[in-house]
Amino acid sequence: MCGIVGLFLKNPALRDELGARFATMLAGMADRGPDSAGLAVFHDPVSEPDCKLTLFAARPEHDWNAVGGALAAALGATPDIEVRSNHAVLRMAGTASRAVAWLAANRPDIRVMGYGRLIEVFKDKGLPDEIAARFRVGEMGGTHAIGHTRMATESAVTTEHSHPFIAADDVCLVHNGSLSNHNRLRLWLRRRGLDFESDNDTEVAARYFAHRLDEGASLKEAMEAGLQDLDGFYTFAVGTADGFAVLRDAFACKPAVLAENDDWVAMASEFRSLADLPGVNEAKIWEPEPSTVYMWSLEGRS
Amino acid sequence: MTTVDLSACSVRELNARLHALAADTNETAWRVTEPRGAHAVAAGLTVPVSVEIDGHVGYYCGGMNQEAALTVNGHCGTGVGENMMSGTVRVRGNASQCAGASAHGGLLAIEGDAGPRCGISMKGVDIVVRGSVGHMSAFMAQSGTLVVCGDAGEDLGDSIYEAVIYVGGATGRLGADCVEKDMTRAHRDRLSALLERAGIDADPAGFRRFGSARRLYHFHVDNADAYR
Repeated sequence: MCGIVGLFLKNPALRDELGARFATMLAGMADRGPDSAGLAVFHDPVSEPDCKLTLFAARPEHDWNAVGGALAAALGATPDIEVRSNHAVLRMAGTASRAVAWLAANRPDIRVMGYGRLIEVFKDKGLPDEIAARFRVGEMGGTHAIGHTRMATESAVTTEHSHPFIAADDVCLVHNGSLSNHNRLRLWLRRRGLDFESDNDTEVAARYFAHRLDEGASLKEAMEAGLQDLDGFYTFAVGTADGFAVLRDAFACKPAVLAENDDWVAMASEFRSLADLPGVNEAKIWEPEPSTVYMWSLEGRS
Repeated sequence: MTTVDLSACSVRELNARLHALAADTNETAWRVTEPRGAHAVAAGLTVPVSVEIDGHVGYYCGGMNQEAALTVNGHCGTGVGENMMSGTVRVRGNASQCAGASAHGGLLAIEGDAGPRCGISMKGVDIVVRGSVGHMSAFMAQSGTLVVCGDAGEDLGDSIYEAVIYVGGATGRLGADCVEKDMTRAHRDRLSALLERAGIDADPAGFRRFGSARRLYHFHVDNADAYR
């Protein structure tokens, strides 16, 4: 069992409150996922061709300035570093892929949690309210966020196995359920040149969607292709630079509730996570249909 | 009227108070506020009291109910009225999957829609849904009646035993061994009485009846194609 949540703010006036609202949603799913939690927040974009990286180091008190210095020496771009607990957000010139490749080759002690122009990804072991406090989620603004509370069934309880999983610039995935064909699909994707960082089934789904996007599919097409290729139980929430999407498998065993009003759209495994949202009792509340992609996107970023 | 605010006390405390009631209690009218999606609200009641719940509830609300009359003024999560034995559970909003699962008796009335697997393995309960139900409703339903005033999703009545299904709207593909049956005057009368008991205003004239073809009760190799 796990819990997933997503919040998408339509009303720009609410965007300063994103983190505070989202932290209560994440905490609401503690019973469904007490072993780890994580979130991806989309905010504070860097302008092209700059990029943002979220990095994790298992060792506390990591010397992030040394990492920044090494990156600057290697790539000629000095990152601006913001430390949040055992994660650091780096803003720097150049493409994310160049920095990600350099880190993979030179700094095996550091794991890249998220990359793109907007996304920041924080995840760790612990109860969701502890995670929200650890990363100071309550003070974050932004347009949208997705999150996950984990009760592991398929693989180990570690920071690396926690959700969200990122597989492309500003694209990440959270998952409630379990995939039964992830080993075969992982081999299929490896043969197409994709690398994996864990044995987690959700990482396979994230990389599968990224692969379909890379082939030219729209997000909706990629998720609809997933209905054919991903075997198992799932409610997915995908966050992108422009918005978020929700998909349930054909059996729809894994729960999901959507709520929407003029100001926001919210998704959660259970209503408990929506109960504190302003105006929720007057909002439209419904269960997403099986095998149907639901998507919301920004009409114009403000 | 006894009012319990679930923002000020736990579900466990609420249920303990309800479970402690004697059959001849004078505290027969209860109101529960601020359920905020909590699970197992008013589950396991055994005495004829009325409980009105103002707001949306989580899983298994009214589960195992005996004798009590529950009303949820909101939506319900998974398994509302699961395994209820008697009494009534009324949902003013929508119900999620597995509403009335395995329920043996009583009446479950859902004024909105119900999700997938409504009445799964039902064993004698009467379920009346004013709206539509999702896929695999009345799966392995053994006895009782499922009334759907709206549409029924795919695989209705898969592997059904002796439960009876009435559907007012459209049906998708029927489940294995579920077939449409004649709708006689007696069936229409029974449906009409059940709609009235549930307080659901629907014209019984347009309903169709579904039940078991009884081909899967005992395995027979000639029926192998029916298993899917």
